[in-house]
Amino acid sequence: MKVKLQHVAHARSGDKGDTSNIAVFAYTPALYPLLVEQLTAERFKAHYRGAIKGEVIRYPVEAIHAINFVCHGALGGGVSRSLCLDNYGKALSAAILGFEVEVPGGLVKELKNFTEA
Amino acid sequence: MSRTLRIGSGAAWWGDRIEPARLNAERGELDYLCFETMAEATVSAAQVRARRDPAFPGYDTYLDDRMRAVLPACMARGTRIVSNQGWINPDGAAARIVALLRELGFSGVKVASVNGSLITDRVLSLTGRILENGQPTATLAPTLISAEAYLGAEPIAEALAAGARIVVTGRVADPSIFMAPMLHEFGWDPLDHARLGAGNGIGHLLECGAQVTGGYFPDPGFKDVPEPWNLAFPIAEVQPDGSAVITKVAGSGGAVTLQTVKEQLLYEVHDPANYLTPDVVVDFTTVRLEQAGPDRVRVSGIGGKPRTPTLKVSIGCTEGFIGEDMFFYAGPGALRRAQLAKRILEERFRIVGLQAEDVRIDFLGLNAIHGAATPPDAPEPYEVAVRVAARTRTREEAIKVGREVDGMAVSGIAHTGKRVPHQDRTREVIGVWSSLVPREQVPATIRYWES
Repeated sequence: MKVKLQHVAHARSGDKGDTSNIAVFAYTPALYPLLVEQLTAERFKAHYRGAIKGEVIRYPVEAIHAINFVCHGALGGGVSRSLCLDNYGKALSAAILGFEVEVPGGLVKELKNFTEA
Repeated sequence: MSRTLRIGSGAAWWGDRIEPARLNAERGELDYLCFETMAEATVSAAQVRARRDPAFPGYDTYLDDRMRAVLPACMARGTRIVSNQGWINPDGAAARIVALLRELGFSGVKVASVNGSLITDRVLSLTGRILENGQPTATLAPTLISAEAYLGAEPIAEALAAGARIVVTGRVADPSIFMAPMLHEFGWDPLDHARLGAGNGIGHLLECGAQVTGGYFPDPGFKDVPEPWNLAFPIAEVQPDGSAVITKVAGSGGAVTLQTVKEQLLYEVHDPANYLTPDVVVDFTTVRLEQAGPDRVRVSGIGGKPRTPTLKVSIGCTEGFIGEDMFFYAGPGALRRAQLAKRILEERFRIVGLQAEDVRIDFLGLNAIHGAATPPDAPEPYEVAVRVAARTRTREEAIKVGREVDGMAVSGIAHTGKRVPHQDRTREVIGVWSSLVPREQVPATIRYWES
């Protein structure tokens, strides 16, 4: 079934210049392969619908069941130049939590705060 | 030193809370309390302020508050302090700390100031290209405010070895502030990249304070932590091999869990296998995390690779101004009125000939935070703020933004809510660029003081 990423993973964003890194962390090790398979750099960038101007580079970190997405051109030219109210992009990581993940039935019990409709 | 070294955080940025620093000083049983108070543009902003306000001493504006909160407990227990509160005037900060020590009755305390990071006067001859755009740094000459290199842990460790109880610095890489005590106490070789990688990784976990103890973390129903209004700053119990347990003072709010540690591990990291610091290249991909008890996470296995021959330089430049303002709509049809207001502003900016490099008109409550990433089917809000901002070359142009919003009060549309602006609606932009400098070109100098 299709499930919003917020039930599969948590996320945090950080800033450096005009680059935002948005790291996504599987809630359990069993959910991590879903991220690796489905949350590609291309889909990640597409989910931000043009808010990320430059390249998105993906770094899987299996040791902590996480993927780091380095998003260039995501902060309006950089923290001090940005016209965005959230110039540090601290809230940017929340947008990816709306990404839809296909979760096989056997993994539904791993999901966080999820009840089937 | 073969025993466990206890290093605590006292601040993660200039505006951070003071009471958790006091808590760590009084109840953390710390060997070291470390303060990180500088953001990317802190130095440039301080330079601008110093030019305008000769009375500004050029160090952390909360230096007195932070030191008064922690000095009594730190001096009583023998906890040493490492801090980058020196900003553009580490000597001034050291002198002020000495004065505070005397006032509090602590005499004979050795204080060190670490200088050398400021290289504004020679940055254009020491550096080549701007990392962000490949242009020569010489192109920044007309707008240059300040340039500073990110120093590493070595000069701090040297000051500690010379007996300093308090070391105050200018720009030092954030993790290095927290690793310097390890370098000194464990007697690590500065080129021992395996140990320095591990130690710098622990420094990275501490540098953002509460972000590893439950701050920037809670999300109701998904990631709950106890008493998120009562967070403590972290403490690392470090072993001589650079492994550590991350924990916090018992009885405080927040949490130290695998989740909080993982989130902080990748915070502001790009390639997790190659996290560049002045001391070492850190490899986080080999990390092992283990919940060793309540609010205790054991961190081991962080790797290191030899440091690079260069140091990062941050170059601050004047880049014009931003003008911004906001007004409001509510009730049925709030969004349609906001949309007409946006149209009116766009036309008004054309009529008054606003010269802007970039203009942004958002609907706060709908798309002001995520911008283009906002889902097209996002629900219509009951209340919405129209927020407008423009980046311009001159302050005169930036002022036009607020003046056109003023006009919306009587020349706007139905049900326009507007605050009466009392503050300046323009601000100066300090652009920050990066470059690299050969490390041997930026020697640190240390001065010693005594209370």
